[in-house]
Amino acid sequence: MTTLLKVEDLKIYYGSIEALKGISLTVDEGEIVTVLGANGAGKSTLLRAISGLLPIRSGKIKLNDQELNNVKAFKIVMEGISHVPEGRKVFGTLTVEENLNLGAYTRRKDIKSVEESKERVFNLFPILKSRRNQLAGTLSGGEQQMLAMGRGLMSTPRILLLDEPSLGLAPLLVRQIFQIIREINDQGISILLVEQNARKALSIAHRGYVLETGNISISGLASDLKSNQKVQEAYLGGAAFKKKNRV
Amino acid sequence: MRIFLEQMLNGLTIGSFYALIALGYSMVYGVMKLINFAHGDLFALGSYLGFTLLVWGNAYVTSHVGLAGGMIAAMLIAAIGIGIAGIIIERIAYRPIYSVGRLPAVVSALGVSIFLENIIMVIWGPRYQAYPVSVVPTLRFEIGGIHVTLLQIVILILSFVLLAVLYYIIQKTTFGAAIRASALDRDTAALMGINIETIIFFIFALGPALGGTAGVMVGMYYRQISFTMGWNYGLKAFTATILGGIGNIPGAMLGGLLLGVFEMLGSAYISTAYKDVFVFLILILVLIFRPRGLLGEKVAEKV
Ligand SMILES: Nc1ncnc2c1ncn2[C@@H]1O[C@H](COP(=O)(O)OP(=O)(O)OP(=O)(O)O)[C@@H](O)[C@H]1O
Ligand SMILES: [Mg+2]
Repeated sequence: MTTLLKVEDLKIYYGSIEALKGISLTVDEGEIVTVLGANGAGKSTLLRAISGLLPIRSGKIKLNDQELNNVKAFKIVMEGISHVPEGRKVFGTLTVEENLNLGAYTRRKDIKSVEESKERVFNLFPILKSRRNQLAGTLSGGEQQMLAMGRGLMSTPRILLLDEPSLGLAPLLVRQIFQIIREINDQGISILLVEQNARKALSIAHRGYVLETGNISISGLASDLKSNQKVQEAYLGGAAFKKKNRV
Repeated sequence: MRIFLEQMLNGLTIGSFYALIALGYSMVYGVMKLINFAHGDLFALGSYLGFTLLVWGNAYVTSHVGLAGGMIAAMLIAAIGIGIAGIIIERIAYRPIYSVGRLPAVVSALGVSIFLENIIMVIWGPRYQAYPVSVVPTLRFEIGGIHVTLLQIVILILSFVLLAVLYYIIQKTTFGAAIRASALDRDTAALMGINIETIIFFIFALGPALGGTAGVMVGMYYRQISFTMGWNYGLKAFTATILGGIGNIPGAMLGGLLLGVFEMLGSAYISTAYKDVFVFLILILVLIFRPRGLLGEKVAEKV
């Protein structure tokens, strides 16, 4: 397997606060890699740094050996990285279809290929097709998550960064979302999945990392992490039932 | 009835000036969350630019290109000139201080406004200037008992074409969706591959360009222009922006047209002297009962 995304000794600061303290990870071609961690561990910070939204203090981010450190955020998507942010961040006063179109913004002139991508997204999320003219802000939480993921797929990425896609969703919907993540991966798209639902995440991931206050404390195959005692205690035991409470 | 229709027509005419100017306030506010106080003075600068062009080109217009040609040329050059001015102002007066906060940028905008107003006064003098009669169409006619001027018709058609084109770009194209998305959430817009620099360039060029065009229209319509006109029209157009819902493009258009109509009906049926009172009374009522403006609805985003 060839390495697609490579993060080397990455340090990220907010002012003088060190949010990532030198972490390294890789995602191979075709892999699902999950990053687990408690609130404030730095998971979103990692994804935002990869997308170019945060300045890098030191370390490297590479896609296929091409360094991305100084690539501006709006150019990252053209490199084949698509980021579905935490909390969905759909454009609420735009329609579902406009949101999807913006996912393919960089090739908006190629109408035919945009329509093709849209059809693929509609196949994956049929509900979006029937809601295409509805304002995104009026969708339910689950539908918004689907829209956010669909929008992320519109750029035909090589790797999809997913930040807590199951956040605030009912169990049935969580199962559905994870099923779809697997389907997306089956289409050859690599996935870097940030989650607090460790059990679900490890059930679809090939490998995983555990992030603790800016450091990677444990890493390995998903099956190994599932049986790792520390992971079980912290993320799969009692903690797994403590639903994250966010409004 | 005749008076009503005539005043409606007059109202739509000045309303389209307000609408064209209001778009600049609204677009800039939407994306930058900045009230560009210099915008009214850019409009005035456009009016003076058109004035000078037509004074210089007076003979040429009457002998060669004709009134329509002169009018189009003056508007086009004012649009380009003021569009460039808009970009320059953004670069030197706003861009360096965005990071400091919103208030300093607003103060800077006020500074630019005063600067422009004084520049106009220095260049063109403190007295009224008048667009030369020979370059303005003066044809008047009657349709069903209503008096209209050719100029009025031309202005209305041109304005509505401009408004329609802008509406189409902002509301119907993916680039327009990108502008609206950038106004909502810049980071997420960047994740879509939207370059905010392009968006900023566009709004600071297009808003003032429309304002400059309106400046030439106003100059032709009233013929008299003064260096303080930026304040007057700027305030009205800004009111229109609030009326329609700031940041909302169709809202700015609707707000402008409504304001023009209110103003003209108010001055016909209530009092000319109190027409501005009437206009601002409407603003106050809107702010009390619908603070987001007529079209400025905010869809709650579920978390
Ligand atoms: N804009 C910011 N300014 C200052 N500190 C920040 C900022 N964003 C995040 N942080 C801090 O950085 C740390 C990591 O935050 P991050 O959002 O990456 O955590 P997370 O693992 O995604 O948590 P959660 O599961 O709650 O989303 C936290 O301590 C947070 O307070
Ligand atoms: Mg997070």
